[in-house]
Amino acid sequence: MISAEQTRPPAWIAEMKAIRDLRDQAAFASLFEYFAPRVKAYLIKSGSAPDMAEEVTQDVMATVWRKAEQFDPARASVSTWVYTIARNRRIDIVRRNRRPEPEDLPWGPEAEPAQDEELALQQDAERLSEALQALPEKQRVLVERAYFGELTHSQIAEETGLPLGTIKSRIRLALDRLRHEMREETG
Amino acid sequence: MTRQIAHHLPDAMLRGYCAGTLPEAFDLVVASHISLCDECRARMHAFDAVGGALLDQADEAELSEDSLAATFRLIEGIDVEKAKAEETPPPATSGVLPAPLRSYVGGDLDAVSWKRVGGGVSQAILPVEGDASVRLLRIPGGVEVPDHSHSGSEMTLVLAGAFSDAAGRFGPGDVEMADDDVTHTPIAEPGEDCICLAATEAPLRFSGLLPRLAQKVMRI
Repeated sequence: MISAEQTRPPAWIAEMKAIRDLRDQAAFASLFEYFAPRVKAYLIKSGSAPDMAEEVTQDVMATVWRKAEQFDPARASVSTWVYTIARNRRIDIVRRNRRPEPEDLPWGPEAEPAQDEELALQQDAERLSEALQALPEKQRVLVERAYFGELTHSQIAEETGLPLGTIKSRIRLALDRLRHEMREETG
Repeated sequence: MTRQIAHHLPDAMLRGYCAGTLPEAFDLVVASHISLCDECRARMHAFDAVGGALLDQADEAELSEDSLAATFRLIEGIDVEKAKAEETPPPATSGVLPAPLRSYVGGDLDAVSWKRVGGGVSQAILPVEGDASVRLLRIPGGVEVPDHSHSGSEMTLVLAGAFSDAAGRFGPGDVEMADDDVTHTPIAEPGEDCICLAATEAPLRFSGLLPRLAQKVMRI
């Protein structure tokens, strides 16, 4: 039996393909409407001044347009891809060198990724989102801080008044919980 | 890639790389290891996906009024060829140094400017910003690296040859994490030179007077 969950198309893939293949400005505008405010919030949380965050957000979204042909739905969800672009831009602003990236995998003989691979990855990404939302508030906030706050373990401790050891074990617990829920969902 | 990797990146390092919170020195070691290790590449995608899921659930900041129009103006002004050259990930090659490392060295192993640091050991400190340092080490087969402990974590990636210490044997592609309370004495395996990339959170402390003097000179 096919549930509504499984038949729903993965988020933003159609828009990305329209941008990539047709340079579709309307598709870009709706992608922008969803992602730009989130990217800006991410940059502000990571310590950017609002004016700077606005400028960098526009730059990140322009990069989404420019790199559309590099987007591979068998490797990442659109949210993940946009996140990595925003993260890299944030790092490149404060460093002279670009963020060190792993070398690219050599392309196999089949250039076209299999449709089912693409679907499986997109569904995993959605399950991960759901698992993250299902985490107890305290744990979810810690995962968020580790990614968005640019806080070190000791800074997190200062903010919440918790000793370092507790923080470390809570982040670990949060990730273990996440992994566990992922396994249950897929198993 | 057919190499057998026994020691992988710890979760905390991989998460820090994906969250973008590591110092540049550690980013370089992580990116170099992932270039050699498909398993950690897959784990990297998982940690990136956590970032994507968090972005989905992020608050929405208010944009300036002409934000979209300004972005379209940016897009029109893009020099496509220049942007492509800047943003294409480095291609895989067959040398000893993985691509992310090669761009710091300015070539493969033969482009490294080694400085002797005593005991037959050579090193090359790479230019990075931030609170951590990173260097290439060349240890001749059979040679022991002086006893040292750290005032911060140290992460070492083996690129060629192998070494052993109390924690086990580390061959090409393997990563060793050493915490600040560990004093260890790695010994390179007899045979070819052992080439490593090591990131250190804070300066190393050698136990013993002579090594401590050497440390001042070596800047490690």
